[in-house]
Amino acid sequence: MNLPFRSADQGQALPGCSGQPVLKQRGQREVFCGLTGIVWLHRKIQDAFFLVVGSRTCAHLIQSAAGVMIFAEPRFATAIIDERDLAGLADIDVELDGVVNRLLERRPDIKLLFLVGSCPSEVIKLDLKRASERLSKLHSPRVRVLNYSGSGIETTFTQGEDACLAALVPDPPLPASGTAPSLVVAGALSDVVEDQFTRIFRDLGLDDVAFLPARRSSGMPAIGPGTRFLLAQPFLTETARALEERGATHIAAPFPLGAEGTTAWFKAAADAFGVSDSTFRSATDAGRMRAAMATAPHREALVGKRIFFFPDSQLEIPLARFVSRELGMELTEVGTPYLHRQHLTPELELMPQGTVLSEGQDVELQLDRCRAEKPDLVVCGLGLANPLEAEGFATKWSIELVFTPIQGYDQAGDLARLFARPLDRRTRLEV
Amino acid sequence: MQLTLWTYEGPPHVGAMRIATAMKGMHYVLHAPQGDTYADLLFTMIERRDSRPPVTYTTFQARDLGGDTAELFKSSCASAFERFQPEAMIVGASCTAELIQDDPGGLAKALALPIPVIPLELPSYQKKENWGAAETFYRIVRGLCHPGSRSADFNPRSCNILGPTALGFRHRDDLTEISRLLTRLGIAINVVAPLDARPSDIARLPEAAFNVVLYPETAEPAARWLEKNCSQPMTTVIPIGVSATRDFIAEVAKLAGIDAGPLLAEDASRLPWYSRSVDSTYLTGKRVFIFGDATHVLAAARIAGKELGFDVVGMGTYSREFARPVREAAKALGLEALITDDYLDVEAKVAELQPELVLGTQMERHIAKRLGVPCAVISAPVHVQDFPARYSPQMGFEGANVIFDTWVHPLMMGLEEHLIHMFRDDFEFNDKAAPSHLGHGGAKQEAKPAAAEPARIEAKQLSGWAPDAEKELQKVPFFVRGKARRNTERYATERGLHIITVETLYDAKAHYSR
Ligand code: SF4
Ligand code: SF4
Repeated sequence: MNLPFRSADQGQALPGCSGQPVLKQRGQREVFCGLTGIVWLHRKIQDAFFLVVGSRTCAHLIQSAAGVMIFAEPRFATAIIDERDLAGLADIDVELDGVVNRLLERRPDIKLLFLVGSCPSEVIKLDLKRASERLSKLHSPRVRVLNYSGSGIETTFTQGEDACLAALVPDPPLPASGTAPSLVVAGALSDVVEDQFTRIFRDLGLDDVAFLPARRSSGMPAIGPGTRFLLAQPFLTETARALEERGATHIAAPFPLGAEGTTAWFKAAADAFGVSDSTFRSATDAGRMRAAMATAPHREALVGKRIFFFPDSQLEIPLARFVSRELGMELTEVGTPYLHRQHLTPELELMPQGTVLSEGQDVELQLDRCRAEKPDLVVCGLGLANPLEAEGFATKWSIELVFTPIQGYDQAGDLARLFARPLDRRTRLEV
Repeated sequence: MQLTLWTYEGPPHVGAMRIATAMKGMHYVLHAPQGDTYADLLFTMIERRDSRPPVTYTTFQARDLGGDTAELFKSSCASAFERFQPEAMIVGASCTAELIQDDPGGLAKALALPIPVIPLELPSYQKKENWGAAETFYRIVRGLCHPGSRSADFNPRSCNILGPTALGFRHRDDLTEISRLLTRLGIAINVVAPLDARPSDIARLPEAAFNVVLYPETAEPAARWLEKNCSQPMTTVIPIGVSATRDFIAEVAKLAGIDAGPLLAEDASRLPWYSRSVDSTYLTGKRVFIFGDATHVLAAARIAGKELGFDVVGMGTYSREFARPVREAAKALGLEALITDDYLDVEAKVAELQPELVLGTQMERHIAKRLGVPCAVISAPVHVQDFPARYSPQMGFEGANVIFDTWVHPLMMGLEEHLIHMFRDDFEFNDKAAPSHLGHGGAKQEAKPAAAEPARIEAKQLSGWAPDAEKELQKVPFFVRGKARRNTERYATERGLHIITVETLYDAKAHYSR
């Protein structure tokens, strides 16, 4: 079942490891489905609610993934399909309307409702697009209803955010004379990072910057021809496509992780808008230095240490680039659920030659490789972390890298610390 | 279609996982999409198990649906057998695979593996986790036990303990407590199952004289089958609380034909004296609301009323399979039981009843927190906090001690309660305050800006925070905000800065992260 090394693109002339062969595997994947994105998206968009149309498994997944992270009442729920729905005894439209009514009654503050598709809703071919259009009419103008799929048969973990943001890209496109912002940053970032970025853009002379998603449903940026966009996250394939369909153009860049990634990301924007070098330096120099200062002590602890990435969030490649170039770590294997070559080319060019990249997963074989490599630190999902710790490996849960503000200059030190802490801990414990 | 904010139980295949993970030498091949692998974290993170659950997921994708998902199931099954070399296997489908109707049982049979392979039919759109666990255990017992295999000279003072699973609420500690109790009575324990049992142990179940059923939610169908087919009577009393533990001792002693008198004569629990001591007078008539699985709710109602002197003002369960006994117990107290798995109904009930204490699950903990009512957790669904490091059973005499402490702890202590009534207007000591021994308690205190910010005063030449810096600081999570504020101010003071700007905040952050 496992395919051999991909032989097609063995190009030698490409810089970094962008021409590197990729180990592609198919076996058991140990990753979340796209529904998981709801855990952070429901906090990001403050007047949105996520209603999964699925099974008890889906409800259980989100609540387990959210676990202790929920401090307040969640803005998500599941409409659980039961046998009556499946047997055709109940009219699914009527049932869904009832659920949505009950929900909106309870939460009058909700302005945007997402119907989120799941494996069961897809296998039974429930048309959530039609349902969302119908419900939108029913509840307009108070509530807008959109839909996307977070199903595990189609999406892996962060691809749920991709699908959600793609659904948010507004249609119809603005007329050329419209007021679309000139720069859109796509990808959910924590509020604090967004504010830092806004300040740097302002110092670059770019005032007309909008973020997708916005914090409120009414603030989603209009997109039109002339809009350029930066991706803040590496997993936004569908979102990028939707933005391009509306006439926006992509500014290719590495991702804003670490001092180098952040600088390159802003530089790409600066170049696209013709910002002068001196303006660029004065807007970014201080941040770059702070980032270097904050990461330096962690670099000391991590330099030369060997790290292994299990596939999880698609952040693996930018993270691997950061830990290898800014923290001096040695990459053993860098796994990613999907490798979107075009978006990741700027990253791959920065990776050390000869890095082992793997796409997809056969978790058993990958665990065998990990054990054989004996890395100093393993980045993996929640299901694998404690078992690997019990085998003697230091681990970092990858999900924390998704739920923690790690982008930008002033988070570079925090990001480095996330990798350093598991090792620090081991040196302290005597039990 | 049902609107669900939180679910009390997972899907039935998670119940099957609890059985497989509890056992040794058993492997579960589950036809399921990749996202369903989240269930591993229940065991590795919540229960902190040090190994992966023995589960292989086929993780089929959309593109497989048109093709051959059945073939994928077969190859997953074959390679799981090869890699893990289990003594027996269970196979089945999750909710999504149920819809594509691949028949895992038939497919696995076609592989003709040299071990017992037990097919599971767990209707996901109808049943839930506990039912799935009970059904799985029953299927395993049926599949591996051979009725009539007991020799004529079996030990009449021997039993099996049935029910403890992985991810069970205090199952491991309950098992230790009850095993000790049985051993003291002179009763031999033949097999404990499913926890730590191997398939070969399951085959030995019929050798015992009777079965101790600790958790009917997971063990009753198997125990009934053993009763009928292997002539093994089963226990009916669940030993939670002092009186129930005594009844349980009497019951097993009778089944084993021994005298329980000496053990019953001991003062084995502190609960009776603690409950009678004058300090506990303030517990009298406290209004409690009880919700959870049926076993723990029934036990809690008896303890609350008869052992702590509370008033039970409402009770209910999410275990529909056991609605009857809960209804009856409620009726005996003049109440109508709330039988629901809808969190919103429970929330509405608690809000309506305004109890002084909620005994519930992690879900009720959320509800109680929001409504400002003290709460103690008595039942699954579980949370990482329900796997404490210390020994804390619910069952037996030590269990009764644990229960006394955990239920009384969230309440105001006797005199404290009076003082609050005397000095209602004291700004930090009023009836909105949490009990004083629960220092960092509820969300109510979080809302107030932290009072303790002495660094602000110390910083003589520092005139303060620029408004945008102050705003920026609010973005720091509340649990580290105090530290961030102190560090920044120290940093500014040391450098003789007059005003803290956003730049200062981040300069300080970079400085202290060294
Ligand atoms: S790389 Fe592909 S998907 Fe990404 S923006 Fe460019 S064309 Fe669109
Ligand atoms: S993988 Fe599918 S069935 Fe499982 S939780 Fe995700 S959407 Fe629901």
